[in-house]
Amino acid sequence: MNSSILRTMARLLASLLLLASLYLLWRGHNAPGGGFSGGIMAAAAFVLMAVAFEPMAGWRATRVSPLVLIPLGLGIALASGFAGVLAGDGFMAGQWVTVAVGDGVKLGTPLLFDIGVYLVVIGVALAVIIPLMGEEE
Amino acid sequence: MTLLTALPVILPLATAVAGLLLLSRPRWQAPIGLAGALALLAAAAALLVRTWRDGIQVIEVGGWPAPFGIVLVSDMLSAVMVTVAAAVGLAATVYSFRVVDAGRISAGYYALIHVLLMGVCGAFLSGDIFNLYVWFEVMLMASFVLLVIGGERPQFEAGLKYVALNLLGSVGFLSGVGLLYGAAGTLNMADLAVRVGEADADARYYTVVAMLFLVAFGLKAAVFPLYFWLPASYHTAPAPVAALFAGLLTKVGVYSLLRVFTLIFTQDTGYTRELLLWISAATMVSGVLGAAAHQDMKRILSFHIISQIGYMTMGLALATPLALGGALFYMVHNIIAKTNLFFVAGVVRRLRGSYELKDLGGLARAHPWLAAAFFVSAFSLAGVPPLSGFFAKFIMVRAAIETREYAVAGVMLGVGLLTLFSMVKIWTEAFLKPSPGGAVSEGAVGAASWVPVIAFALLAIAMGVGAEWWWRPMELAGQQLFDRTGYIEAVLGGGAR
Repeated sequence: MNSSILRTMARLLASLLLLASLYLLWRGHNAPGGGFSGGIMAAAAFVLMAVAFEPMAGWRATRVSPLVLIPLGLGIALASGFAGVLAGDGFMAGQWVTVAVGDGVKLGTPLLFDIGVYLVVIGVALAVIIPLMGEEE
Repeated sequence: MTLLTALPVILPLATAVAGLLLLSRPRWQAPIGLAGALALLAAAAALLVRTWRDGIQVIEVGGWPAPFGIVLVSDMLSAVMVTVAAAVGLAATVYSFRVVDAGRISAGYYALIHVLLMGVCGAFLSGDIFNLYVWFEVMLMASFVLLVIGGERPQFEAGLKYVALNLLGSVGFLSGVGLLYGAAGTLNMADLAVRVGEADADARYYTVVAMLFLVAFGLKAAVFPLYFWLPASYHTAPAPVAALFAGLLTKVGVYSLLRVFTLIFTQDTGYTRELLLWISAATMVSGVLGAAAHQDMKRILSFHIISQIGYMTMGLALATPLALGGALFYMVHNIIAKTNLFFVAGVVRRLRGSYELKDLGGLARAHPWLAAAFFVSAFSLAGVPPLSGFFAKFIMVRAAIETREYAVAGVMLGVGLLTLFSMVKIWTEAFLKPSPGGAVSEGAVGAASWVPVIAFALLAIAMGVGAEWWWRPMELAGQQLFDRTGYIEAVLGGGAR
């Protein structure tokens, strides 16, 4: 697609989408959201770049190749499961630390797991969509 | 709590992650795959020994107690199936070394095999019905990608049929899970078993739900009349992938049938078992007749997968401890024999460039070892003593006679005879008759292909000669399936902590 309006807006929209996706990922622990929906939204941001410019622009915009994001995310999710093993509570048992920000923020391995999911979803979505966009030319 | 029960899921995932991270280094792919497969087999064997010695193993993932969290449960059925799956995974990995082309390897072939193994092992171990669904999907995705990567038009066509029909099965499965949860309010299989069995539960409702599961798992297991997708898709896959699919994927369907119809849906056995009896008999007969009509080696073998599935579900229909243990014995025997037949078919293809029986010939003279491996596996499948298939069929026939199902015993023996006919057909056409083209130029086959072929042929012999020894764990599995209280107590009775 060749539209200067879209190209101008795409950068802005993509950054907003990415911000919103991070927000979704963050709130997902106790409210609707999480790694999957956040990841889908982030992937939408990169696909928007691909539509506005050219397919590979969306691919490059992730910096780390989507094909690397998949195992990276899987690895992070798997590693988050082992925190519980190291603590002696068993595989996948949640481990928590409180960070002294404001009233104290509880960070835990479920968030780490969700970040892994987030990366896998971005990777898989882009690995499926972008090669198909290239096909039509 | 110990990690061992979860290792058959964790190890393949870790292997797949390592393989995919190093995707840009094709030379590392096979060693990583091999290391992962060896580790998986070791973990599976350790789990089998522990389950055999200490009873049913339960792990509550994340420390959430059953019935709220997800449990992984290893009873004898699960442990035996996981071990066999690991062995098939290892053999398929080794077999792939020389066979799989560079394009498939850089697309993550070895990692995908481990994703598939993770799905298979997860399905065998899961004690949660929704979690079982998730493992089915993991398996389906991995197998679909394995079917189409590096492929041409026929692979895509077969892959599309495969995935469309399996998704149909998944829809049935998921609907069944939803209906089950709506009525019983739980997803834990042991808890479900208790709830469905309660006096005020609506037995007819659960029977309707059970039929959804029967269709869903029946499609995966390829029973009559839901088997048509199998011969259409398996024969296009590369040999090690076809062997892996033939050995494992349908068996996951059979496993799930065994699991839900012995654990959860025991409220109207008169109806479900009668139905299973007819389905099993029809599966056996239609599969073997389909095989008789074909002349392509891989297609003949594909139809025999179907026919053999009937024997296993028949064990479920007869539902005595002997029949249930026999179904497991049959499954293990069949996985070993069938996987190896696909390995052999792959070697034949590499040697002669064809699966068509009319193009083949003279292999017994040229390759006596290959002929011996085929002979052992094929005649084991047909049930010739003293090979593993003889004892598998013997147990099933005896179970049928003990329950006074003489017609069933007759069908089993008849189908055995037709299987023998089919195997003799391949044997005389591909191995004994002189080669049609006179002298043939042969492709090269590396040692990596021979090792799994010979190893699995030896396993088939060992399972026949040492049948009594192999039968002991299966017998225990049969008893555990027949009397589900042990499973329920292990999961709900605070067995884990």
